[in-house]
Amino acid sequence: MDETTLLKAFEARVAAGEKIEPRDWMPERYRRQLVRMMSQHAHSEIVGMLPEGNWITRAPNLRRKMALLAKVQDEAGHGLYIYSATETLGVDRNDLIQELLDGKAKYSNIFNYPTLTWADIGVIGWFVDGAAIVNQTMLAKASYGPYARAMIRICKEENFHKKQGYEICVTLAKGTPAQRQMLQDAVNRWWWPTLMMFGPHDTESANSDELLRWKVKQKTNDELRQHFVNITVPQVHALGLTLPDPDLRYDEETGNWITGEIDWDEFWRVVRGHGPCNRERLRARRAAHEEGTWVREAARAYAAKQQRKTRPSNGVEVA
Amino acid sequence: MTETNDRMVPWEVFVQPRAGAPHEHAGNVHAADAEMALQNARDVYARRGNVVSIWVVPAAAIHASRPEDTGPFFDPADDKPYRHPSFYKVPHGTRNI
Repeated sequence: MDETTLLKAFEARVAAGEKIEPRDWMPERYRRQLVRMMSQHAHSEIVGMLPEGNWITRAPNLRRKMALLAKVQDEAGHGLYIYSATETLGVDRNDLIQELLDGKAKYSNIFNYPTLTWADIGVIGWFVDGAAIVNQTMLAKASYGPYARAMIRICKEENFHKKQGYEICVTLAKGTPAQRQMLQDAVNRWWWPTLMMFGPHDTESANSDELLRWKVKQKTNDELRQHFVNITVPQVHALGLTLPDPDLRYDEETGNWITGEIDWDEFWRVVRGHGPCNRERLRARRAAHEEGTWVREAARAYAAKQQRKTRPSNGVEVA
Repeated sequence: MTETNDRMVPWEVFVQPRAGAPHEHAGNVHAADAEMALQNARDVYARRGNVVSIWVVPAAAIHASRPEDTGPFFDPADDKPYRHPSFYKVPHGTRNI
């Protein structure tokens, strides 16, 4: 079969809502788009541990500390689910991780902002994980089977992240004036960067058309962003908080909350590596990787030693 | 800073969510040996109490049918309607057949 016939059959399968699996024929562009998107997604989960890890040792009590530890551990797991799914496209996670360490790979902008107070941990769970859930609920229907399955697994676990974040915020909202002020400050700092998580406007998004046509995504960046705003604004008001947007208004006609314009200059500045924490995140990531080298070497040496002693019990040579 | 990954190989992970359920493919982990693969699989795919058993298999040990062979490979089953109960006629009103 020639390329055109194969592409036609592929697009018919996608249009019919069928899942594409690793060994199926797929256009090279589809494969490349998925590797780009999924590896960025995996990197985001891994780098996303850093701003929160900052607060594990300073959580206000043991319950909060255990919850935060579990959340950060989940994020490590989510990164690994997605690296695993990306490897089904014929890449090796070590190469992807190397690209991240070399500063060549992108990850979500949101993690280049600092976590200044404990309230940030609450607001991240509520806003950032809330935005991630909106995005990942859509991706759970993606046309690529392994990606969709990884997303379903992740969505099941994300709800705890969002709820523990909102619980922190509810507690602070009922607290002293200083605690309320700390919470309002965190909301003010995280609102706009969270809205940027959905990516550029549809008109500016280079990859959207292709991803929509091949049903990797079913909704545009702006549609997802609007949905997030609509569910989050009432939650903000319920805590007696305000949002740092003088233009925010409710539109009776559509039932949408309309926000002011996002500062895209800031968005692109952070994408290009000039956010508040870009360099610090990469430094921390590299340090963690280097400090883990001896563990990986030891594990390999131990495995080699065991294999010299006995053949593996399953009789399969895995060298 | 690159390190050789000569012995960290991918292992496919299958988890059983509860006794009596079949094992299902969950994803993969990288590990130096089976013991490490099992521990990694537990940490990655069983962080909450919803798994009772895990299998890990070196990815290289799995042989799979090829999508391009799907037609000919599975066609022995395509034209045998008599393997389905709907192929058979019984008088109307007969119950519990």
